[in-house]
Amino acid sequence: MATRQTQILARSLLTPAVGLLFIWMIVPLALTLYFSTLHYSLLDPGSEAFVGLENFRYFLTDPAFLDSLQNTLVLVGSVLALTILLGIPLALLLDQPVIGRNIVRLMVIAPFFVMPTVSALVWKNLLMHPVSGLFAWIASLFHLTPIDWFNDVPLFAVILIVAWQWLPFATLILLTALQSLDEEQKEAAEMDGASALSAFIYITLPHLARPITVVILIETIFLLTVFAEIFVTTGGGPGLQTTNIAFLIYSQALIQFDVGSASAGGLVAVVIANVVAFFLVRIVGRNLEA
Amino acid sequence: MARMATTQRVVVSTIGAWFFGFLIFFPILWMVLASFKTELEAFAIPPSFLFFHWTTENYATVQERSDYLHHAVNSIIIAGGSTLIALLIAIPAAWSMAFSPTKRTKDILLWMLSTKMMPPVGVLVPIYLIYKSFGLLDSRMGLVFILCLGNLPIVIWMLFTYFKEIPRDILEAARMDGATIGRELVYVLTPMAIPGLASTMLLNLILAWNEAFWTLNLSTSSAAPLTVFIASYSSPEGLFWAKLSAASTLAIAPILVLGWFSQKQLVRGLTFGAVK
Repeated sequence: MATRQTQILARSLLTPAVGLLFIWMIVPLALTLYFSTLHYSLLDPGSEAFVGLENFRYFLTDPAFLDSLQNTLVLVGSVLALTILLGIPLALLLDQPVIGRNIVRLMVIAPFFVMPTVSALVWKNLLMHPVSGLFAWIASLFHLTPIDWFNDVPLFAVILIVAWQWLPFATLILLTALQSLDEEQKEAAEMDGASALSAFIYITLPHLARPITVVILIETIFLLTVFAEIFVTTGGGPGLQTTNIAFLIYSQALIQFDVGSASAGGLVAVVIANVVAFFLVRIVGRNLEA
Repeated sequence: MARMATTQRVVVSTIGAWFFGFLIFFPILWMVLASFKTELEAFAIPPSFLFFHWTTENYATVQERSDYLHHAVNSIIIAGGSTLIALLIAIPAAWSMAFSPTKRTKDILLWMLSTKMMPPVGVLVPIYLIYKSFGLLDSRMGLVFILCLGNLPIVIWMLFTYFKEIPRDILEAARMDGATIGRELVYVLTPMAIPGLASTMLLNLILAWNEAFWTLNLSTSSAAPLTVFIASYSSPEGLFWAKLSAASTLAIAPILVLGWFSQKQLVRGLTFGAVK
């Protein structure tokens, strides 16, 4: 009897959370789906009409879509590469006996806590300004022409800012994983005369495979929808050079007020994110059983 | 011989780690320094690193001219409110899944996780239109609500992994000693759950404080938190570097301190327990 009561209690405790998340997931998504089949412009109210898949055709064949898809992929791929390729050596370094390691770790992790609008504006102005920025001054020390970051290499500039924000995340996760690596295993390898390099390749790297996968998946989910950094630095420009999918949908919805087409784009973004999510959920789910 | 090598290794890795740590931290340091310069010095080439005329006038100006405090209060209400509500909904749910799991618990957890995977931009249009018709645009309540829902999966997950670690033997022992469910909750469970609750709250506050998609899209002035306030410095005519730096320093300082305290929990919370 008591167990049955407990079960009912347990279920009623769970219901509010499940119900809210269900509504949160279903209602907006259903509306997006519905809007995506309409001709619906906020500038022209009252003219809504069913157009079938027309919005998808329009969104997917718009040259801006291919440009922004390419920008999204370049942005995600470059930031992933930068954060992992720099994160691994950095985590290995912090795993060494370092005097004042806690302070160094605080310095490394700090950028992750800086709000996106702050880091984007500080980088854009204080560091990357073509005349008065610190990078321009450093370039002039070496008698080089300063780079006009946001005109000459706008996407790369955004990539640098976002990578700076996410490097701490990758480093911290890899460091946490390294610290759980069995010391004895490494010492045994050393005793057997394994070089540092082969110990890294055959012991450390396989141990890092899972955390690296987790970093890739979680970063991808957040990086697919980078928004604030683009919003405050380039506004998607010049031209479409820094417009990613998220920014394209935003500009169609809230600048051009084309609800139908933005909704179609939103669904495309959901599909892309779901492909990544599928793999992440499988990995996390496997962990849940262990 | 071995000892020599070790000392050498410590010296090399210490120098390396401090160098790279400093390099990564430098943009923040540079911003804090700029906030104590005059506007002229903040623009100056060559830049001065420490030997400039230190002033706190930017901080005073930021407050006077742009009503910094108003936006800080918004940030506190939005981040704090959404965190509290999320905890109120998540604690019973996580408690129930951790202490009386059913066959479906795992599926429910993974489903909750999957709601977090939905890109916010995918539902921007309907949320914006719903908010518009209910008058929730640029309202604190609207932002509290959406940030609460957005972070709810993470909160439930973190609490679940913490509750799961409370040994069940202790509960049984308490029951054997004749403790009622109420006493069990107050005297046994709560003290053991407080560390987990505290770190969940901390991480969620950080995430909500720094959230910059919904806040930028759903608020403009009266409900605008610090993320939006800082974004207003992006217009070319409003470019005052020293003041931008002062406002930014004020906006990130509290969260930097909280973040440094919660770095261990961060890994767990953001990887949904996949890396501990």
